[in-house]
Amino acid sequence: MASIFQGVGAATALSSSTSFDTKKFHLSSRRSFSVRRASFFVVRSDGAKMDSGLNRIGGRADQLVTNAVATKADTPAASTASKPGHELLLFEALREGLEEEMERDAHVCVVGEDVGHYGGSYKVTKGLADKYGDLRVLDTPIAENSFTGMGIGAAMCGLRPIIEGMNMGFLLLAFNQISNNCGMLHYTSGGQFKIPVVIRGPGGVGRQLGAEHSQRLESYFQSIPGIQMVACSTPYNAKGLMKAAIRSDNPVILFEHVLLYNLKERIPDEEYVLNLEEAEMVRPGEHVTILTYSRMRYHVMQAAKTLVNKGYDPEVIDIRSLKPFDLYTIGNSIKKTHRVLIVEECMRTGGIGASLTAAITENFHDYLDAPIVCLSSQDVPTPYAGTLEEWTVVQPPQIVAAVEQLCR
Amino acid sequence: TLLSFVLSAALLQHPPLHQTYRFDLSIGHKTADDMALARRSSNLLKPLSTASSSSFLNRRPFSTDDSTTITVETSVPFTGHNCEPPSRSIDTTPKELMTFFTDMALMRRMEIAADSLYKSKLIRGFCHLYDGQEAVSIGMEAAITKKDCIITAYRDHCIFLGRGGTLLESFSELMGRQAGCSRGKGGSMHFYKKDACFFGGHGIVGAQVPLGCGLAFAQKYRKEDHVTFTMYGDGAANQGQLFEALNMAALWDLPAILVCENNHYGMGTAEWRAAKSPAYYKRGDYVPGLKVDGMDAFAVKQACKFAKEHALKNGPIILEMDTYRYHGHSMSDPGSTYRTRDEISGVRQERDPIERIRKLILAHDIATEKELKDIEKLARKEVDEAIAKAKESPMPDDPELFTNVYRKGFGVESFGTDRKEVRATLP
Repeated sequence: MASIFQGVGAATALSSSTSFDTKKFHLSSRRSFSVRRASFFVVRSDGAKMDSGLNRIGGRADQLVTNAVATKADTPAASTASKPGHELLLFEALREGLEEEMERDAHVCVVGEDVGHYGGSYKVTKGLADKYGDLRVLDTPIAENSFTGMGIGAAMCGLRPIIEGMNMGFLLLAFNQISNNCGMLHYTSGGQFKIPVVIRGPGGVGRQLGAEHSQRLESYFQSIPGIQMVACSTPYNAKGLMKAAIRSDNPVILFEHVLLYNLKERIPDEEYVLNLEEAEMVRPGEHVTILTYSRMRYHVMQAAKTLVNKGYDPEVIDIRSLKPFDLYTIGNSIKKTHRVLIVEECMRTGGIGASLTAAITENFHDYLDAPIVCLSSQDVPTPYAGTLEEWTVVQPPQIVAAVEQLCR
Repeated sequence: TLLSFVLSAALLQHPPLHQTYRFDLSIGHKTADDMALARRSSNLLKPLSTASSSSFLNRRPFSTDDSTTITVETSVPFTGHNCEPPSRSIDTTPKELMTFFTDMALMRRMEIAADSLYKSKLIRGFCHLYDGQEAVSIGMEAAITKKDCIITAYRDHCIFLGRGGTLLESFSELMGRQAGCSRGKGGSMHFYKKDACFFGGHGIVGAQVPLGCGLAFAQKYRKEDHVTFTMYGDGAANQGQLFEALNMAALWDLPAILVCENNHYGMGTAEWRAAKSPAYYKRGDYVPGLKVDGMDAFAVKQACKFAKEHALKNGPIILEMDTYRYHGHSMSDPGSTYRTRDEISGVRQERDPIERIRKLILAHDIATEKELKDIEKLARKEVDEAIAKAKESPMPDDPELFTNVYRKGFGVESFGTDRKEVRATLP
């Protein structure tokens, strides 16, 4: 079942560009939303049917798209125009997902700084204010604590707001609202109120943005009960996770990455929604399981190329769901390979990797042949100097060295 | 005695915080018609002989007289900031007077009972009591509908009752039982009632104000003709998020009414020690404000009616309710270390909201002294019955620990490290 996703997809998307700041292409792609509603897919990697809870959304849940991440075609003679789907950048994929959901449900609205007239600081909401009006795409003053609280209050009253933090680090100002009111209200009210918000924004270490603008908030939010956290890494899963997050009745925090907004990929024309709690099999393998998410996925895939040349066969899983972990997919992989390497961008102390290590040890200890290795960022504020910043995060040579050590 | 005088003088180091209000019972002199009316109405006012199982609040054995209008004047005129204050004269009916009295007596009795339940360790944790401030809840409810939203902080028991919550739900929640309004999982600070648009119940000071503006935003988004009353205290008035939320509410003309229940003490600190400018109704600057005597249910009613009309047309407005709490901040606070007992008893004698209504009722001959005492006895009985019933309600079952963390949506079972009982099963 792990072979359904063609793992080559993400790797080969990168082979054409060596760095992450890909040149901005503004392709004129065919995007006709009116056609898209005809069919509706939910993709699960194990091929299982979705249960009746999903059918009420009106999808034909038994239809699966197996080659959804098809970038390198199996048909070498195919030209760009005849390939299925359309190409776009990650921020455009987010916008597409957002726009489709706003079209579908009038209660969906966007709240954030510079989202309306400016079009979004990363252009995710560009054009939406002109289309839907100032109330649905709301420009807020710079007051994270209160506009997050406002979004949550609006959600209690029936709306489905998407709260954008211009940078995830700014949401620390709204921590009280996110923790107490967003995460816990469903519980403390005995189930009376649901908070279907999506809190999204770019985070992670960028290009010399400085310490305060390079924060990884997934480690701070992971203990909050009642929320779900997902991290997107490709245009395909960005759109799918955005749509899933908006449709979910739980509060979802969607972590994007500053450096991934210009990734280009071909995504299907048909409407699709991904599973929020599921991990993505990027590259199936036999020797070692590498668990990663967000930008580190690309460092891992780069290291994977080197590793393949050296004769190793790593299995790369993009965990995507940071809370709760998809222990099902992860467990199956561990059962196969018996070695785990976690590569993350969080800091060493108290990060996602630390929790994942604990979870795996607790659940799958018997299957492990070697201790779990966790490569994380250093426990330092991100420095400004480029060389120092480079060594704050995990680099591909370190990943290669770790795998070699693990597989001895 | 001299000793207590000296003590109180020593403790009273600060200037008086409030003026004494006089009761202004402007009523006409009695005519023959009045006497006849009084006689007729007193025939209707037979005390209840038997207790029935229906809720006290639904029984109106007394004057159902809705037609006679009585004009009442508030004790002090309203003070406006950037707005024309409404008139001091309010029309009411005997029925409304009796309703006010009955409801407030019930609220008062509930809070006193909660006090003794806390002391007998049936209520644990934090318990913030509202006695003394009942007029705010009662007056507000009289001016609005159940579709208007109310959100408040942790002193929420009586507001929950005013919104239509039952005594059983209150006491069960306080004692952590299943029959509670939040299934026992919220506690004193987390009362909610969704069908009556009561949004709680929040423990963190000031955090409910942005939520309240969010409710108003949703109301405006859906073009409803309703308003949101966002309540907070004089302590929360110094929170930054309040001003942030106020700015946004004013920017987008949201139908939000910010109600500052100024009981002059933010936890253990008096308002003059915490705020440079304790004129909370003026703090909105560009947002109009109104200062109201919060111990006068009719003043509150008039102010809320005025505020609702204003908010639907012009956007946010601040109401400052000048009120007082007899208990300390919470049950762990004796309430006498930062204020004198004389002050508390002084307010109780001169400004008590229930006494005010009682005097009005007696002055207008709507009921006799004995009948009012019977109402209070009935309230006590009702509360005792509710407590007994709440004690019978069981504690939540163990699996309830894990319910309502997430809402089941999207048809997917969430699994993973959060659900400790569930481990991943491998094929």
